[in-house]
Amino acid sequence: MSKQILLNIALAFCTLSLQAQQRPTPKAKAKIAANPALTASLTRGAVVYKNVCITCHMADGGGVPNINPPLTKTEYVLGDKARLTHIVLAGLAEPIEIDGNDYKQHMPAQAYLTDQQVADVLTYVRNNFGNKASAVQVAEVKAVRATLK
Amino acid sequence: MKTFSPRLLLAVPALAAGLALVASRPTAPTIAPDPDNAGLKLPAGFGALKVAETGGKARHLAVTPQGVIYVKLNKVKDGKGILVLHPQANGKATVTGGFGDYGGTGMYEKNGYLYASSDYAVYRYKLDAKGEVANPSKPELLVRGLKVGSQHESKSIVLDNADNLYVNVGAYANACQEQDRTRGSKGIPNCPILDSAGGIWQFKADKLNQRYPQGTRYATGLRNVVGLDWNQQDNQLFVMQHGRDQLQDNWPALYSNEQSAQLPAECLYALKPGVNAGWPYTYFDPQRKEIMQGPEYGGDGKTPAKGDYLAPLAAYPAHMAPNALLFYTGTMFPAKYRNGAFIAFHGSWNRAPESQAGYYVVFQPFKDGKPSGQWEVFADNFSGSPAKTASGRADHRPCGLAQGPDGSLYVSDDTKGTIYRIVYPAKKS
Repeated sequence: MSKQILLNIALAFCTLSLQAQQRPTPKAKAKIAANPALTASLTRGAVVYKNVCITCHMADGGGVPNINPPLTKTEYVLGDKARLTHIVLAGLAEPIEIDGNDYKQHMPAQAYLTDQQVADVLTYVRNNFGNKASAVQVAEVKAVRATLK
Repeated sequence: MKTFSPRLLLAVPALAAGLALVASRPTAPTIAPDPDNAGLKLPAGFGALKVAETGGKARHLAVTPQGVIYVKLNKVKDGKGILVLHPQANGKATVTGGFGDYGGTGMYEKNGYLYASSDYAVYRYKLDAKGEVANPSKPELLVRGLKVGSQHESKSIVLDNADNLYVNVGAYANACQEQDRTRGSKGIPNCPILDSAGGIWQFKADKLNQRYPQGTRYATGLRNVVGLDWNQQDNQLFVMQHGRDQLQDNWPALYSNEQSAQLPAECLYALKPGVNAGWPYTYFDPQRKEIMQGPEYGGDGKTPAKGDYLAPLAAYPAHMAPNALLFYTGTMFPAKYRNGAFIAFHGSWNRAPESQAGYYVVFQPFKDGKPSGQWEVFADNFSGSPAKTASGRADHRPCGLAQGPDGSLYVSDDTKGTIYRIVYPAKKS
């Protein structure tokens, strides 16, 4: 129990320092506001997420244990954009492991989404649920789609 | 900060309660519920304790007549797929070891044997007079070569009273679509999955090396059964089906998000040899109380199915994932529970954007071997809070049920590996 208390204290400090780091949010907001294209993409991406992704990956992007992988802070989401785009367009048949946990359910291909929709939803996912990564551009989606035939 | 320990505060009343029990019944073993009933919400008079924290993905469990607890882990932990727990005088138990280098779900004890399943096979281990596995490194391989895909992998097991073993082989698909879980993808005619999955297979409980040809497809059209039990009053197999997912995702023109969260029901079936419960062609609509034609097979959400499909005996809210079924035959609990069914609902994921639900153990009253009356939530708050239930981020998820020799109800949790024990009455007068 005392271990738990120490952990809680540690967690509290983490949260505090995180908050401290996040203080200059007005600046970040200003940045987004200065980039209306990104803001619009995020707004459209949220709609796509709710219509297509939310069932399996859940409202908080945390996925479902043993079944559907989380979208939070994983290399699959934050890493290579082409690989991530490929998963959305072609699906993912093989099980994957993240942080020692297996996720086995087959991800269906979402190739019926437009390049714009894929770019929007991936930009949204890469900038939500605690993620922060560069936007995915329509041209990048187009390039990956061209490899699928 | 370090000198203040809430555990000490908790320990004082626990100790006092324990002492009082010892004083009043000096010869009986003392089972003291945890002061907070292990965090569970229970009917009046019941108490609960955390028997052990195993830290593993604790799926099904079995308790021998001697009180030894065996827990099947979904994933091997420290080289062990089955944990052995020995009871302590206070009703808790200690993990004393383990064996079996395979993950899985099934764990069942009957007539001096412990049965266990991986996702591919079923094994058994001889138990000695103390309820100990005599030869943990050399199980008998009863069944092998069971079909497994990337979903519904678990092979739940139960025995009847005539040395037959029943094994669930879950369908490795949502609704047998040409493209699994893909929007608008049609169902494959004469779903080929059903030849080796999507049903219950019967094997002999004492024959080695059986494969599909040595078994019988006992019941078909069951998408995935995780909870099953043999009803001693009816001498019949009862199963809980995990109903299909994603009606709205895959058929947005036919189903709203709300409908998709409420359809289909999770159903209780009583099986007879050769029955067909309808998957993937049908699903059960609990509002209409009808077996409906599935949208992959020409249904539109309004058309009942044609065909001779087994009707469920009881229906429960959608997507709550019934992972264990147990007919209670003990005498510890009040008479109304005897021969009724406990069902562990693992909890939903397939309800978003609606709130998630489940993460509790339900009691279904039975009369003369059939469900009788409304089911009720028996043990709640495994998740930790209503908010955690709604978000699906549950602290604990009930997965297995077992009855102890004294009539205690054991519940396993495959999120943190907690083993619970529910007792009655909570306090002796």
